[in-house]
Amino acid sequence: MERDDIIEYSLDAHHGEEEGRRIRRKIWVVTGLLAVVTTIEVAVGAYWKQWFDASAWHMIKLLYVVLTLVKAGYIVAVFMHLGDERRNIRAIILLPYALFILYLLFIAIWESNYVHRLWTEFL
Amino acid sequence: MAGEATKALSNDVLWGGGRSPFSISYGKMMMWFFLVSDALTFSGLLVAYGFARHATTDSWPIGEEVFRALPFIHGDFPLIYVALMTAILIFSSVTMVLAVEAGHRMDKKGVIKWLFLTVIGGAFFVGSQAWEWSHFIHGGGGYITTADGSKYWVHNDDHDTHDPANAAGFHLVKAKPGHYLIPAEGDHAHVEGAEAQALWNDRVAYIDGANMTRNEYGPPQYANFFFFITGFHGFHVFSGVVINLIVLLMVMRGVFHRRGHYEMVEKAGLYWHFVDLVWVFVFTFFYLL
Repeated sequence: MERDDIIEYSLDAHHGEEEGRRIRRKIWVVTGLLAVVTTIEVAVGAYWKQWFDASAWHMIKLLYVVLTLVKAGYIVAVFMHLGDERRNIRAIILLPYALFILYLLFIAIWESNYVHRLWTEFL
Repeated sequence: MAGEATKALSNDVLWGGGRSPFSISYGKMMMWFFLVSDALTFSGLLVAYGFARHATTDSWPIGEEVFRALPFIHGDFPLIYVALMTAILIFSSVTMVLAVEAGHRMDKKGVIKWLFLTVIGGAFFVGSQAWEWSHFIHGGGGYITTADGSKYWVHNDDHDTHDPANAAGFHLVKAKPGHYLIPAEGDHAHVEGAEAQALWNDRVAYIDGANMTRNEYGPPQYANFFFFITGFHGFHVFSGVVINLIVLLMVMRGVFHRRGHYEMVEKAGLYWHFVDLVWVFVFTFFYLL
């Protein structure tokens, strides 16, 4: 039986040559950005001891986390096209995940601090 | 692509509520749900790694000290090989998104070209990871511990020998107290000849390379997390390569062209980009921090 309740959404994604050129340009721009960010990360990781003194490590760690989130954001929004989807699908993918991970990070940092203190003081 | 979110649909095909809530096909939505659950698994592994590292009172090695070798070349290249692997994976992600774009133009030749390059990139990454595991397991000569608790790195000209003390060029390098990989400062760090032989004979333990119970790089958990996290990711890359290969064969046989759209490439692409996304985080939290 032919089903009449299925909407073929995939056909809406089709585009012509002109639109394709624009999209490809965007892909290459994002590729360049990801390559630059990764190069910065590796260079800092390999040579930061020659460039800064040891107290800079905390700032570098923070820089790494921020750069990683930037890269992840571009991969999800542009390469995985989540930025082109409707707002409600973006929300049901990202919000529950973000909420859970923030809680997991909070509890892991809190508890590992506690365990670390136990081991230093009582062992 | 902008079309999916903005296109106005006729009332005949809309849901009972009068609106289609997500404007996304069933297959793509289920792929997203799977990716969210898989992302939770990887987050659990990385958070567990962070927990172990933050809670430990032992010293913990950093990536730039452990991963500094290249295949076929001798020398010191901190993180260069991992950076190369990252670049390969990111570029195979780019070729994947180009394959999806070609699919949206019903350009069968373009899809085949870009998807083929994606499969090659993925296979390259899996091979690189195999080399890295092999290098990690065999180690760089190992260290001995003495009765007074100090560590000495074992050096000689032949890494594969089971009896390093009798190999040519045998000498010991004292490690900085509390560290696995950093040599102690000063002239006394370098021990040769009879003195080295005596230290070797009186050793408490000789730890070489890595296995599940101990390793020369750091605490046992360090190697365990390395094997589990990169292994689980490598398994994902491997299955991604297999999926891409199957989709590539189907594209070549014209299955999707007859169907009228290349959404299967898009769904395989979602999975492939996710594998790249996970590696971005593994790269930061395991190798850089």
